[in-house]
Amino acid sequence: MIKRLLGCLLLLALTLPASAAFDVGQLMTDLAKNKGGKAKFTEKKFISLLDKPVVSSGEMRYTAPDRLEKRTLVPKVETLLLDKDMLSIEREKQKLSINLANQPEALAFVDSIRGTLSGNRAALEKNYALHLSGNSDKWVLTLLPSEQKIAALVVRITVSGSRGLIRSIEYLQADGDRSLLTMEPVELK
Amino acid sequence: MSAAARAFLIWLLAMLAGAAVVWNSHFSADMSFFLPGRPSATQQVLVDQLKEGAVTRLLMVAIEGGNATQRAAASRQLHGRLEKMPEFVSVQNGQAGSLDADRDFLFRHRYLLSPAVKPERFTVEGLRESIANSVDLLASPAGMVIKPLLPRDPTGEMMELLTALNAGAQPNIREGVWASRDGARAMLLIQSAALGSDTDAQENTIATIRGQFADSAREAGFSDARIVISGPGVFAVKSRETIKSEVSKLSAISTLAIIAVLFFVYRSGRLLTLGLLPVVSGALAGIVAVSLIYGTVFGITVGFGAALIGEAVDYSIYYFVQSGRMGAAEWRVRFWPTIRLGVLTSVCGFAALLFSGFPGLAQLGLYSLSGVLVAALVTRFILPALASNDHPVRDLSHLTPPIRQGIRTMQKLRWPVILLTLAATAVLVINRDQLWHPNLSALSTVSAADAATDMDLRADIGAPDSRYMVVITAPDREAALQAAERAGQQLDELVARGVLGGYDSPARFLPSQAMQAARRASLPASHELVARLQMAQVDSPLAASKLGPFLDEVDKAKEQAGITRQSLNGTSLALAVDSLLMQRPDSWSVLLPLRPPAGDKGVDIDIAPVRTALAGSGALFIDMKSEFDRLYNDYLDEATLLSLAGFVAIVGLLAVTLRSARRLGAVLLPLLLAVILVITGVHLSGEQLHLMHLIGMLLIVAVGSNYALFFDSAGNDGRLDPPTLASMAVANLTTAIGFGTLALSSVPVLHAIGVTVGPGAVLALMLAACFSGRSHE
Repeated sequence: MIKRLLGCLLLLALTLPASAAFDVGQLMTDLAKNKGGKAKFTEKKFISLLDKPVVSSGEMRYTAPDRLEKRTLVPKVETLLLDKDMLSIEREKQKLSINLANQPEALAFVDSIRGTLSGNRAALEKNYALHLSGNSDKWVLTLLPSEQKIAALVVRITVSGSRGLIRSIEYLQADGDRSLLTMEPVELK
Repeated sequence: MSAAARAFLIWLLAMLAGAAVVWNSHFSADMSFFLPGRPSATQQVLVDQLKEGAVTRLLMVAIEGGNATQRAAASRQLHGRLEKMPEFVSVQNGQAGSLDADRDFLFRHRYLLSPAVKPERFTVEGLRESIANSVDLLASPAGMVIKPLLPRDPTGEMMELLTALNAGAQPNIREGVWASRDGARAMLLIQSAALGSDTDAQENTIATIRGQFADSAREAGFSDARIVISGPGVFAVKSRETIKSEVSKLSAISTLAIIAVLFFVYRSGRLLTLGLLPVVSGALAGIVAVSLIYGTVFGITVGFGAALIGEAVDYSIYYFVQSGRMGAAEWRVRFWPTIRLGVLTSVCGFAALLFSGFPGLAQLGLYSLSGVLVAALVTRFILPALASNDHPVRDLSHLTPPIRQGIRTMQKLRWPVILLTLAATAVLVINRDQLWHPNLSALSTVSAADAATDMDLRADIGAPDSRYMVVITAPDREAALQAAERAGQQLDELVARGVLGGYDSPARFLPSQAMQAARRASLPASHELVARLQMAQVDSPLAASKLGPFLDEVDKAKEQAGITRQSLNGTSLALAVDSLLMQRPDSWSVLLPLRPPAGDKGVDIDIAPVRTALAGSGALFIDMKSEFDRLYNDYLDEATLLSLAGFVAIVGLLAVTLRSARRLGAVLLPLLLAVILVITGVHLSGEQLHLMHLIGMLLIVAVGSNYALFFDSAGNDGRLDPPTLASMAVANLTTAIGFGTLALSSVPVLHAIGVTVGPGAVLALMLAACFSGRSHE
């Protein structure tokens, strides 16, 4: 009897993660369902050199799977557009275009956002080790760079959200400075 | 000493002297064939750029085969090997660290280089604004780049410099080195130390790159590695190879064919040798004349020798065939005047070219003129003495019946020929807008495949094409740089208005001493800067207390020696400055290449605002493409004029000699019809006409007149004796072979002459026969 009960428990313990528990695969599926939308963002950068954090805010617009526009309105108008592998930044009269295929480190960095938004697990795991905690309604995904070159820039990326929506992304840089990006969706597709 | 021996001795001495001149001649196969001999100020810029401009020293290299890792390794290997060699000024493949020296230089001298360094920049207000800007920039993705520099450069001078530097598109990168747009090949950009106009050195440079590449590929076991190189140097070397191989090929074909014809006619080794005497003399004289007058002999000119052989051999044919029975004295009386007139018309045609500002054309003119003249003189004065009267030519009378039959047939075809010519004229008139090739590329020896490869590599690597530039001339370096700075201010406004995408200037890395002094004077004294910084940063998140490094750096900048050309050594900026700032014999000249605005407007610059902005500044705005087009049009206009002048001279000469409008008309009519028919034929065969076809038309008249004159000399009955008919047929055949051989050439200049004059000479004879005599039994 005891033996049978133990067996059931063991069986339960083995099957649980596969069914009820919330795992990376499940999260990716949820995220992949999100085909795009618009959000207001606020970004705070905590920099040791500065007495106060630098705060910027604006709008973000995402179109699955690989177009992301970040329009900063405060303190300076600046548009950052990521379209496939082309990153263009427009600030005042300056315009800069970078082909990310040329910049593997920058690409890894960008993939942390893009991979999360589109639920592309393969892209994320190429450069990061993934750790997930919480449940489907309130999850926290931690990305730890596996590549030394990336780790020299950023030691940890923490993404939190609920179901298929991302609420915040925190970057902890190697020099101890960090930035926190929080998002508030205004419309969904 | 006998007359023959004396004649031979004189000839031999002249030939030896000629051979000595040729031995010491300088031969060239470069672009200068096409460059204006008497350039205007703007054309001078064009010539300088093509001969020694930095762009002509650029070689684009693509590595193909294997996988991306193998290609990247090969690219690094090649970079490492070539970088150490003195033949290369710069070798770039995009690998990390290659621009460190430049970045260090810019950062170290930022207070002398940054255009933002002015007294206002270091007032309390100026500091507050520029530092606030930098802090704002921290919020941007670019923030990560500037953060480490912030304590030393809070006003963001380095950012100012880098922004101005960013020339738009950068090549792709795969495995850490430049790659093509599709990623399938690794790319390098190499600047040779040798000038683009130094074809020998370019050839060595290219061979070195290939050799080093082969070595490194072998060492790496990269078996299917391939290398593609393009650039002006490659074009120059290839053109020279093409011209060299064609010169020997065409001359050999033409000589062998003509020897075969002569052997058929003479059946005598002695006569054959004697017959070639005027030809060899003429060819040698042509080169000697060109070498003595122009200093340099173009390969294409020598290639024209194939045609000269065909033309020059005619005179000895006339002599041997016609004088066979009557002897030399009688020949001089009966035939020499006609031949002399033919020679003179040919000379008139070639002489017209002498006045061309297109050096290639002038050389062809001089070469042919002296060649024909000497061949005729040798035939007239040396050949009879050497041959004495002992030159039995095989009986050619069996040729007479078919020739006469041919003439009769042609005479029946007068009306059809006239109708055909009218139809041809109609075709030319209707298609007059599509007849001509619009630009100088029509004459280029570069093959379409090579041009396509070049376009491809250029797009892959984003190499500059330098179409638009501003040129400034000044008495010394300092004045030149100051002028560049003044023009730069005008151009900055155009960049701000979006007319220009940007521009390069040597003053960007090597400001004038005056500008450096002004910038240095803008930096406040240490205690003053401390006080102002305190006030400026009161409310800023970046406390003045954290900016100690900034104070040190400004202090250092005030003490630092100014930037000279020597300070740039070891950076790629040195090359940039050298290619934009050049010392001339008695002045300095500055080039400011302009970039078109980015976006969908295409690659053209709106020229009017640029001209307006620069008006009165002494700076010259140049659009290289339209300059080239204008140059070609100038050549074409000039060639038209010269051809007409040549034609008028020939008509004048014939009018004076023939003294009869009817006879003049009878000589000219077949020639004009031949020109129309040939040009129509060339057009219908799908070739676009260019400058050299035009010259070909002139030569049809100049060369073809010889045949028409023989028919004219026959008088009203139009009957020519058998030897004359045979000599004309043979001479026409050799001329057609000589010129026709050029049609086989892939060098457009030679090809165009070949396809016009080859068939033109034959047609001239046939049509002269067609309209000969009034009545024939």
